[in-house]
Amino acid sequence: MSLLQNLASLDLSETTEKIIAEYIWIGGSGMDLRSKARTLSGPVSDPSQLPKWNYDGSSTGQASGDDSEVILYPRAIFRDPFRRGNNILVMCDAYTPAGDPIPTNKRFKAEKIFSQPDVAAEEPWYGIEQEYTLLQKDVKWPLGWPIGGFPGPQGPYYCAAGADKAFGREIVDSHYKACLYAGINISGINGEVMPGQWEFQVGPAVGISAGDELWVARYILERITEAADVVLTFDPKPIQGDWNGAGAHTNYSTKSMRSDGGIDVIIKAIEKLRLRHKEHIAAYGEGNERRLTGHHETADINNFSWGVANRGASIRIGRDTEKAGKGYFEDRRPASNMDPYVVTSMIAETTITWKP
Amino acid sequence: MSLLTDLINLNLSDHTEKIIAEYIWIGGSGLDVRSKARTLPGPVSDPSEIPNWNYDGSSTGQAPGKDSEVILYPQAIFKDPFRRGDNILVMCDCYTPAGDPIPTNKRYNAAKIFNHPDVVAEEPWYGIEQEYTLLQKDVKWPLGWPVGGFPGPQGPYYCSAGADKSFGRDVVDAHYKASLYAGINISGINGEVMPGQWEFQVGPSVGISASDQVWVARYILERITEIAGVVLSFDPKPIQGDWNGAGAHTNYSTKSMRENGGYEVIKKAIEKLGLRHNEHITSYGEGNERRLTGRHETADINTFSWGVANRGASVRVGRETEKNGKGYFEDRRPASNMDPYTVTSMIADTTILWKPT
Repeated sequence: MSLLQNLASLDLSETTEKIIAEYIWIGGSGMDLRSKARTLSGPVSDPSQLPKWNYDGSSTGQASGDDSEVILYPRAIFRDPFRRGNNILVMCDAYTPAGDPIPTNKRFKAEKIFSQPDVAAEEPWYGIEQEYTLLQKDVKWPLGWPIGGFPGPQGPYYCAAGADKAFGREIVDSHYKACLYAGINISGINGEVMPGQWEFQVGPAVGISAGDELWVARYILERITEAADVVLTFDPKPIQGDWNGAGAHTNYSTKSMRSDGGIDVIIKAIEKLRLRHKEHIAAYGEGNERRLTGHHETADINNFSWGVANRGASIRIGRDTEKAGKGYFEDRRPASNMDPYVVTSMIAETTITWKP
Repeated sequence: MSLLTDLINLNLSDHTEKIIAEYIWIGGSGLDVRSKARTLPGPVSDPSEIPNWNYDGSSTGQAPGKDSEVILYPQAIFKDPFRRGDNILVMCDCYTPAGDPIPTNKRYNAAKIFNHPDVVAEEPWYGIEQEYTLLQKDVKWPLGWPVGGFPGPQGPYYCSAGADKSFGRDVVDAHYKASLYAGINISGINGEVMPGQWEFQVGPSVGISASDQVWVARYILERITEIAGVVLSFDPKPIQGDWNGAGAHTNYSTKSMRENGGYEVIKKAIEKLGLRHNEHITSYGEGNERRLTGRHETADINTFSWGVANRGASVRVGRETEKNGKGYFEDRRPASNMDPYTVTSMIADTTILWKPT
């Protein structure tokens, strides 16, 4: 295999100016990531220097066979941690040939919300805690779990080390460095309460870039699990019973919240979120009702609550925000399979522009 | 897998100033080591440059779910042997949001003892001999032992080599270099009397740093056994019967003991330890009664004794110390699962500060 590895790791910049750009987009389910690569004539530093492209939408449930072209608009560039050199990853969104966003393109509407003057003035910051579970490849049972059985109950696994407690760390650690290399604002990682479950955090990122960065981080993770021969799942409740689910807690602040007196702005914002609880929940990920039960560090899906340091509430305010009188808060409701374009823009819209 | 290896070994310093800091703390059992990582904007050289952090104490038995934040205070930095570059390991201790040490935080009281002027003046040195056993992953039977049976009796295994005598050396040797890389004062390793059991030593280290280093060395060992697919145990008597237990013999000296006439200071210190034998024993590790039987190179748990070159005593003084009239002594009572913050500070407290009534 090392001949292939040698070839895949070739540094082409000594032989040619050309670079490889991997165009990434979201497919028809809203959760499946797709990508393909093309050669460009030289290094680029801005999405505006990249040509639009297209793909076969009839193969991803996004167009019909007789009118199958979906157009890719480049939106954000990252360094490619797999090909390295001057090669890049390009996060794109998808349009009809006529220039309209296709129905699964959630970025378009999010961008409009983030471009509104009131929202832009508040400089909304996001820190997204992406949880995920690793599964053994052919049986789809969590990594490290005995086939036909269960590991010992939760307790020893959160942030633990050891061959009997931590399963898949090489994936997590290679993902951490790959994302830093790519230019993603990855702020940390930890082992989760359920064995085989992990978390990484992206942020603080401003506005639409939070969504771009999270999607590319998810893509990099799927490429790494592919190389490791394990399966990645973002299902919010992969195993029924006394096992934690997987979320995408979204930490949020605006300029006003980060300034003196911000705690009052935070409390008003949380009140507006309470008034739109059902609308938010409907957009916070499929299958979330299996996860938001009121047990396993969640709040029940039908009730809205908030509290300081309270991991059983819908919204948690950290003790240091309470103490400083300003800061940020954590929306714990989104599921691991949420679309960050939808969730981040909805939180901004409800708290900044929406009036009860 | 070599794609993953490439990525894990990426030297990020060519592309970013950012570093990764792995914060390490002790969980609710007092023996479980936990950690998580965060990105910092640039390299650091002192704990004071590293921010406090927090974790979910309700997941480690250290806080209720309704009020779950436990605060991490960085106390010591080491180089990260897994991520390398400018990346670091950070040993922390745990506090409530109000700033009080949580009940399982044994470092706090130890630091108070080590900061006492009388103790500081005596510059207490520690050399801790950490024994441990490696177990096969799914059956929890020692590494190298036949499943459903036993190896030949003890005798051939201590410090030996050979595929039929020495099990798991790759873990031990990787740990030795990783700890040296990290900046831990690891002074040696050896294969132990029971097959599958090993020992590493940390020291001589002064005061609280001895314990910080032992905890981080334990963490590095658990990370290495995780990679190797074997289970690490600090149980003091992993196998009943004619098999040695595992201890954490603690070698100790003060400035006075290391100077001329120090042997008299040593004898007085040992006498004070004898007067507080029961108090020390209760803090020297859970399950120690299964190990301190009076056999297998231990002293009986109920009796305090000491002797020169005597491995059957509670406290052993080396022949060289006797000959030179100064040096150090070895407290052989602590179990492998002892908390070094508790043991090291208690020895200093009893021998330097405590006055018999």
